[in-house]
Amino acid sequence: MTEKKFLIFTGLIIGIISVALTVYGNPANMGFCIACFIRDTAGALKLHTAPVVQYMRPEIVGLVLGAALSALIRREFSPKGGSSPFIRFIIGFFVMTGALVFLGCPFRMILRLAGGDLNALIALIGFIAGIGAGVFFLKRGFSLNRAYPQSKIEGLLFSILQIVFLIVFAAVPTLLVFSTNGPGSMHAPFLLSLAAGLVVGFFAQKSRLCMAGGIRDLFLFKDITLLSGFVAIFVAALIANLTVDQFHLSFDAQPVAHTQHLWNFLGMSVVGFGSVLLGGCPLRQLILSGEGNTDSAMTILGFAAGAAFAHNFNLASSATGATTGGKVVVITALVSLTLIAFFATFKKKENK
Amino acid sequence: MIEINACGLSCPEPVVMLAKALKEKPTEVIIHVDAPAACENCTRFATNSGYTVEKSTQENKTVLICRKKH
Repeated sequence: MTEKKFLIFTGLIIGIISVALTVYGNPANMGFCIACFIRDTAGALKLHTAPVVQYMRPEIVGLVLGAALSALIRREFSPKGGSSPFIRFIIGFFVMTGALVFLGCPFRMILRLAGGDLNALIALIGFIAGIGAGVFFLKRGFSLNRAYPQSKIEGLLFSILQIVFLIVFAAVPTLLVFSTNGPGSMHAPFLLSLAAGLVVGFFAQKSRLCMAGGIRDLFLFKDITLLSGFVAIFVAALIANLTVDQFHLSFDAQPVAHTQHLWNFLGMSVVGFGSVLLGGCPLRQLILSGEGNTDSAMTILGFAAGAAFAHNFNLASSATGATTGGKVVVITALVSLTLIAFFATFKKKENK
Repeated sequence: MIEINACGLSCPEPVVMLAKALKEKPTEVIIHVDAPAACENCTRFATNSGYTVEKSTQENKTVLICRKKH
């Protein structure tokens, strides 16, 4: 199967699995949301205590382990790191806060679109604008410098951590906090969520699926290979939503969403910009962490820290819209990402 | 002949470097990559730009030799 055909196949499978997860209990238009799920897991670990968004999402565990399994089978497991890990942590922090102002990562943005949520269309335009900003710097030589080979245990540790999470979830769930109402209380059965994560992680590793990469490559090289996976998820999820009567076309009254266009646009601009600087969207960071990339593991820690701050300091939006803190952090993020990109493009000293 | 070391660089930097090198239409470009995604992306870009690609992989490192088609 050619790369593009496999990407389309992967996208179709992912679109269907995503809608199936909502049928079996996940919040509406949230079969997958890397930002929301890392936020929920951060809540389950008491990194924040927002009572409605605390649950250790087995999908995240599955995504990392599915990717690790695929990488090991395909002899692509390659421990590496050291490419500006702290900058990546900070970018990860901002990407998460931007996503929580919109209320979704790029993956959920597609699923929201496929559910008829027109706010996600505004967000998509913002996402494209953010990617455009990243491409501006990439074309001029942006780089976070090289990663270097690391020890096997360094590369495996993030996957091992996921196994520890699984054991804690199964053996001593009382250590964790689970929401009793709100989105955190809505979830598909444990084994189904885990299996869905494993399958998606496995296929996403092999196909190199990336929600930001498709639009980025279109800008950079007029190449639609990666974009085909993005479009396939949308088409499959749209058809699946229409089949199970979950398609509702409107701006208003969409699940876990708000209608403030400016902040949906700017929130996802941050995510698009940050994802290009990181070399991949939040889903891709999870997949890379499974492949042994510890820079991606640092980025995911940045996501978790961003999620904890977003709820501890009231930065995350709600159905009523963006908060004052959320607006401030989005502007701060855009300025900070621009400064980081500027210094990593025009003021860098390359390590050989 | 141009030689590029793109090992350890994040997506899509290896392809951006290759694209810059191919702008001059050289007869041969050698690029070193160490990520499967970079290897596939560079191969696709070079092929679409009218080059044949010869690969040799040792452990996690791949050398791509891109030669201009006549």
